Amino acid sequence: MSFLMIVAVLAGVMFGIGALCAVYRIIRGPSILDRALAADVMLAIAICALGAEMAINRHTDTLPVLLVLAMFAIVGSISIARFMSKQDAS
Amino acid sequence: MNEILAGVLILLSAFLSMAAGIGILRFPDVLSRLHASTKPQILGVAAIVVAIWLLNPSWGVASTLILVLGFQMMTQPMTAHMIGRAAYRTEHVRADLLIADEIADAVDAASAAEAEASEAGESRPAE
Repeated sequence: MSFLMIVAVLAGVMFGIGALCAVYRIIRGPSILDRALAADVMLAIAICALGAEMAINRHTDTLPVLLVLAMFAIVGSISIARFMSKQDAS
Repeated sequence: MNEILAGVLILLSAFLSMAAGIGILRFPDVLSRLHASTKPQILGVAAIVVAIWLLNPSWGVASTLILVLGFQMMTQPMTAHMIGRAAYRTEHVRADLLIADEIADAVDAASAAEAEASEAGESRPAE
């Protein structure tokens, strides 16, 4: 078992824990801002996990996916935060 | 050598992702969750970008990776700022956890000025 395989297993477990916590916060989040925040964290974890897979397997096929995710990460949470008013706070 | 360095960077990024997940699970309000969530968005992505470049060292990869990191660094602070602003305006901030609240003074001054202006507008004699 090479060093990078051990890294892959450990990193997979840690990414999984982080993503599960974010999913729990998306489901339970008391306000819509918590949900937007947790969705942002999910997106960051997705970027990191795709990149880690790419680095470990030494290919660059998902590089455009990474670029698109980094460009459009802004849209969802900014639109939620911008057009949110006091009455739809839940 | 590059492999070990890249492995350490991947582990760092994975650890930051896990810490952010646990942080948004455990912290009490939106602003403190915001603090936890912004770690993997910049530092985790930066570590992963360096790791990818260490294992695929070519100029084509490097230019795309710089774009990825650049977009991430431009957009994530805006997102965090907007969410924090909306959280303050919709009163999702727990005031008892704040040590200093500098925006409260500004909000008070602005609403006082607004009230004064509307009062002056009402008391103006009708023509």
